[in-house]
Amino acid sequence: MLFQTKQKDYEREGWAGLEAEQQPAKFSSEAKRRTPNMHSFGYRANALLAFSVTILALICGIASFSDNFNSPSPAAQVQVLNINWFRKKPDGNDEVSLTLNISANLESLFTWNTKQVFVFLAAEYKTPKNALNQVSLWDGIIPSKEKAKIQIRATNKYRFIDQGSNLRGKDFNLTLHWHVMPKTGKMFRDNLVISGFRLPEAYR
Amino acid sequence: MGWIGEQIDSVKSLNFRQVLTQAVSLGMIVTSALIIWKGLMCITGSESPVVVVLSGSMEPGFKRGDILFLRMSKDPIRAGEIVVFNVDGREIPIVHRVIKVHERQDTGEVDVLTKGDNNFGDDRLLYAHGQLWLQRHHIMGRAVGFLPYVGWVTIIMTEKPIIKYILIGALGLLVITSKE
Repeated sequence: MLFQTKQKDYEREGWAGLEAEQQPAKFSSEAKRRTPNMHSFGYRANALLAFSVTILALICGIASFSDNFNSPSPAAQVQVLNINWFRKKPDGNDEVSLTLNISANLESLFTWNTKQVFVFLAAEYKTPKNALNQVSLWDGIIPSKEKAKIQIRATNKYRFIDQGSNLRGKDFNLTLHWHVMPKTGKMFRDNLVISGFRLPEAYR
Repeated sequence: MGWIGEQIDSVKSLNFRQVLTQAVSLGMIVTSALIIWKGLMCITGSESPVVVVLSGSMEPGFKRGDILFLRMSKDPIRAGEIVVFNVDGREIPIVHRVIKVHERQDTGEVDVLTKGDNNFGDDRLLYAHGQLWLQRHHIMGRAVGFLPYVGWVTIIMTEKPIIKYILIGALGLLVITSKE
């Protein structure tokens, strides 16, 4: 309704027509600015924006949902090659330094919506004081499927320190965790427990 | 004159009923936004269900301007999770990954150490002076979902407030002058 009445006003003025005869080049831009279509332009832009945002959100949702159809089957092997040193720190906490050999195949974690996989190896054990201790020893970022076969030999990147002095003769698991970071949507994580490791009975 | 004049005319031509309708529709927009926000708070259990990444400390996983969806459940905190935590004496929450966890046998209390994926060392330097571990109460939530780039809107608005005011003004004018 508003649009129609304004259109009539506009025609009655006859201003644009006069202008057009005198300065044809200027007409189009002037007319555009004066057109009462401003509203409908705004509405169109708004509708277009709303539509494209909805579609984009939908695509993101579908991309994230499609990750559910991937059932990964990663494989990993970890060996403790050497206990470099093993001591009681002056503050009373045990600390140990290990050399690790990690080999894993994480290719199956990658889908078209995967940006990267964060992978880390944690020592996990129980002590009388703590029901669970998780100490990250090594981590890495895998940027693409082509680099998802890893073969690494390294000393622990983060210090393996206990809360207290419980590490002598301690049985522990080395767990390979992975955290899949998507291009968009839900993040996934899982792990593979490798058990049967044991620290020596004496400091060295 | 021109467009602005027309807008003023259309404002002048409003009658009381139209004004009321528009006030109600504006109120609906504001309250529905509030409902969505508070509803998200209920569902996720986190004070701030959505956070914007401000630093590059988690690159290349999270870049500045990305949005993270948080959840705060009763589940215990485990190594590898990305948590958002508040440190005493710091206003801005930090989004980093948990690298060490020590969970007490008797009380279930937990000591947590975090690190940014892109940082060289762990976060002890960021913690309050003399603080070695984060406890449960420092942690606001864990990141469960990710949406790239969208957070730039809020970053631009906080850094250039003038854009925010122009945007709010334009939206307000659009709501007031629209009649359909």
